[in-house]
Amino acid sequence: MTWETVIGLEVHAQLATRSKIFSGSATAYGAEPNTQASLVDLGYPGVLPVLNGEVVRMAALFGLAIGATVARRSVFARKNYFYPDLPKGYQISQYELPIVHDGHITIELDGGATKAVHVIRAHLEEDAGKSLHEHFAGLTGLDLNRAGTPLLEIVSAPDLRSAQEAVAYMKKVHQLVRYLGICDGNMQEGSFRCDANVSVRRAGTEPLGTRTESKNLNSFRFLERAILFEVQRQIEVLESGGRVVQETRLYDPDRDETRPMRSKEEANDYRYFPDPDLLPVVLDDAYIDAVRRLLPELPDARRERWTRDFGLKADAAEVLAADPEVATLFDSLARESGQPVAAANTLQSQLFSLFGAERTPARVNVPATAAILRLVADGSIARSSAKELIEEFAFSSAAPDLQQLVAQRGLKQISDTGALEGIVADVLAANPLQVEQYRAGQTKVLGFLVGQIMKASGGKANPAQVNELLKMKL
Amino acid sequence: MPPLPQRPTIAQLSQALAARQVSSRELTAAALARIGAADGVLNSFITLVPELALAAADQADARLARGEGGPLTGIPFAHKDIFCTAGIRTTCGSQMLANFVSPYDATAVERLAAAGIVTVGKTNMDEFAMGSSNETSWFGPVRNPWDPDRSPGGSSGGSAAAVAAGLVPAATGTDTGGSIRQPAALVGITGFKPTYGRVSRYGMIAFASSLDQAGVLTLTAEDAALLTGAMAGFDPRDSTSAELPVPDYASTLGDALRGRRIGVPKEFFDAGLEPGSATALREALRVYERLGATLVEISLPSLSLSVPTYYIVAPAECSSNLSRFDGVRFGHRHAGAATLEELYKKSRGEGFGAEVKRRILTGTYVLSAGYYDAYYLKAQKARRLIADDFRRCFADVDVIAGPTAPTPAFRLGEKVDDPVQMYLNDIYTIPVNLAGLPGISLPCGFSGGLPVGLQLIGPHFGEATLFNFAHVFQQETAWHTQLPPALTAGAAVGAPLGASDNGIAPKGAPTDAPTP
Repeated sequence: MTWETVIGLEVHAQLATRSKIFSGSATAYGAEPNTQASLVDLGYPGVLPVLNGEVVRMAALFGLAIGATVARRSVFARKNYFYPDLPKGYQISQYELPIVHDGHITIELDGGATKAVHVIRAHLEEDAGKSLHEHFAGLTGLDLNRAGTPLLEIVSAPDLRSAQEAVAYMKKVHQLVRYLGICDGNMQEGSFRCDANVSVRRAGTEPLGTRTESKNLNSFRFLERAILFEVQRQIEVLESGGRVVQETRLYDPDRDETRPMRSKEEANDYRYFPDPDLLPVVLDDAYIDAVRRLLPELPDARRERWTRDFGLKADAAEVLAADPEVATLFDSLARESGQPVAAANTLQSQLFSLFGAERTPARVNVPATAAILRLVADGSIARSSAKELIEEFAFSSAAPDLQQLVAQRGLKQISDTGALEGIVADVLAANPLQVEQYRAGQTKVLGFLVGQIMKASGGKANPAQVNELLKMKL
Repeated sequence: MPPLPQRPTIAQLSQALAARQVSSRELTAAALARIGAADGVLNSFITLVPELALAAADQADARLARGEGGPLTGIPFAHKDIFCTAGIRTTCGSQMLANFVSPYDATAVERLAAAGIVTVGKTNMDEFAMGSSNETSWFGPVRNPWDPDRSPGGSSGGSAAAVAAGLVPAATGTDTGGSIRQPAALVGITGFKPTYGRVSRYGMIAFASSLDQAGVLTLTAEDAALLTGAMAGFDPRDSTSAELPVPDYASTLGDALRGRRIGVPKEFFDAGLEPGSATALREALRVYERLGATLVEISLPSLSLSVPTYYIVAPAECSSNLSRFDGVRFGHRHAGAATLEELYKKSRGEGFGAEVKRRILTGTYVLSAGYYDAYYLKAQKARRLIADDFRRCFADVDVIAGPTAPTPAFRLGEKVDDPVQMYLNDIYTIPVNLAGLPGISLPCGFSGGLPVGLQLIGPHFGEATLFNFAHVFQQETAWHTQLPPALTAGAAVGAPLGASDNGIAPKGAPTDAPTP
């Protein structure tokens, strides 16, 4: 019996605003508990929410990026339930009329095929605070710093058919929100997380099976593991004649399993209704057009441009496009150096290994690095010299005088035919056996001879010229 | 300068202050003394702040001495205890908030304080503004100065009684379904509810957010115009406050009414209206005719939907608004709860009174899955029909006139056990909130020795028109100057201020009023 997996994801992206969605409190992560909670965030009597316009711009930008409809009118609603980390006793969210609906996100499948995943809706909502159960014996602490942090909840249709597809989709959303600059994508801090709705059905049948929802998956790996576990569990339940219970489950990474949180019967009746404290969000064409002009070039478009205009290989383009900071850096280096392929190679072979918490792509000294790449291209210095210089200057804020440095350090590549001819003649004279072998047709020894010449030149000989000269002399 | 009357208006006090005839400290001390003498019976205040008030009065006097005061500087005043006041406890008439001290001022409080007004205390009210008799207050019922066995109405009953008894010249109120206008009518004073969005709701503890509006209870329309001018205007902290300029309401007071049209809904004079009140109201309408206005019979066919619609919309919103009172961060908390659920159930079970619980239950029910469409959505549709009725009428008339309440003040205890009877008390005021319109109640006569209120309703942001219509009426009549018996007897409310007699002689001849 074969089973088909059906997955829909609800991705929660924390919007990268400076202040909260309905108050002026800061959203910075990691502050002392309750230092970023205003009276509005604390749900004090008499206070009122005021919408942060920036979240609307960000949601609209996302909608345009996935070819969705950006609603001309959307409405905030109250989702009512009691929990200590929900100060007002309701969460302000969007329910019947979300700000974004009906877009799609294309993922790449194995073997180069693609699949368009339908995004049913993306709506704005506020995050809740945090309950702290560990720090106070017998008591629960509350940190309401996160309460009121803006979230964009991106809901896909049940279009995904494997854990692998789900991960590809989540990665694609992750990449997109970072490209748009609307989410920092930091999964450890919870800025980007998802819930997975998973069900299975017998292959070839139409009706969807009963689903479970695995909550708060904050890494690609956890998403994959939770789905694999859940699919296996559901198949076992069904094959042993049981029924899948519709419920919310929690993935435990330590035990690599999902466990039930609450069943449908225990679920709250959220009593959604339009929030009378907030006016409907009304957007006109002029607003949407203005947001459209803010759309950056998206990853798929960049990759296409790089392979078409720069002649980059598809896999290189994909690696460089993955991260918006890297992609921006690559574009800058390619433009300033005029050497896109060399820039791509340098990024992948050298700069990637230098990146770290401090040494971010955005901090690369583009003028200096591009200038070094130009020196290689015009034959002034050898690749090995370029590598040393990049190591030294890629993250310095200095504007080095490279001509002077090359001269001082004797890095100038020997491209002077006269000088090279002397070295070539010396090496040929010193290695008569290899010269014989070459002339007898063993062309492999050419490499040995080139190596000897490079060695004799202290690495400064221009390899292309050496090759040419050798072939001439032999 | 004539001596101040026994129950002076803000305009009169303002003149006396400007003329240095009296100081704010004297006025404030006298107000506190009157409250001390009278409030044992009336119970119109929950909290008094004598030290803060006298300090504010001294500041106001200094400001007046520098010539920097405005018309509200130094005037003793009270806030309904629904407005958050920094450093002064704000109870909302509930045990839930019996010890709650707000860390901030409501916008209305802040604006009046900036104008130099002197807050002497916070007035009693129905719990969370849910009630029409002031009997749901955890701090006990307020008594009507015209008859201590009767209710002053509600929910702004404390403000109404305090102003009618001359304890303070004016006070704030809030009006969700009539909570300013109905008590004003029942105690014989002026009560004004602005257009929804005219005055910021920030800092007003929410009952039903789409209906709540701050306003004032005063002795005259002129005072209401003055106070509203200071409170109104856009507030960036309230998304539903209107971004419209505030007109100079004083400048249009006294404009002639010749040729103006007054709509009189036939549904307002049906069998539910007490006959004595109907007589007084018809007489009041004739005053307007004499002033040159034309009466036009109109119809509000959806009026009968108002009360049922209101009792779906308001409870629905309140059930959500009151969720924050959960015993976790502020307010009443049950001691010794073993579980979170027990903490919620007992804190809320103990902290809220019966009427509040009734409305939370109703609201929770109408929003529940499976009932939302049948109740909440249908109520929203009915609400639009009611608003459409008014819109159609205002195409043809300048104001709409009718009763404020179906009967004069009823006895304490008379309706408290029959919620439906109590709810019907607001039948003429509720539609105005549902449509978001401004409304004013002004004294227009007596029935059985008790005051009757005339309600005028204006189009959206038609505040200036309402103030003028009310002011012209009060220039022509003296119903608003009639003093309740307790005050005319003198002793019950302590020494009257400044003057020994009533300085203003009634111009009209009240047909059914106790003679002053």
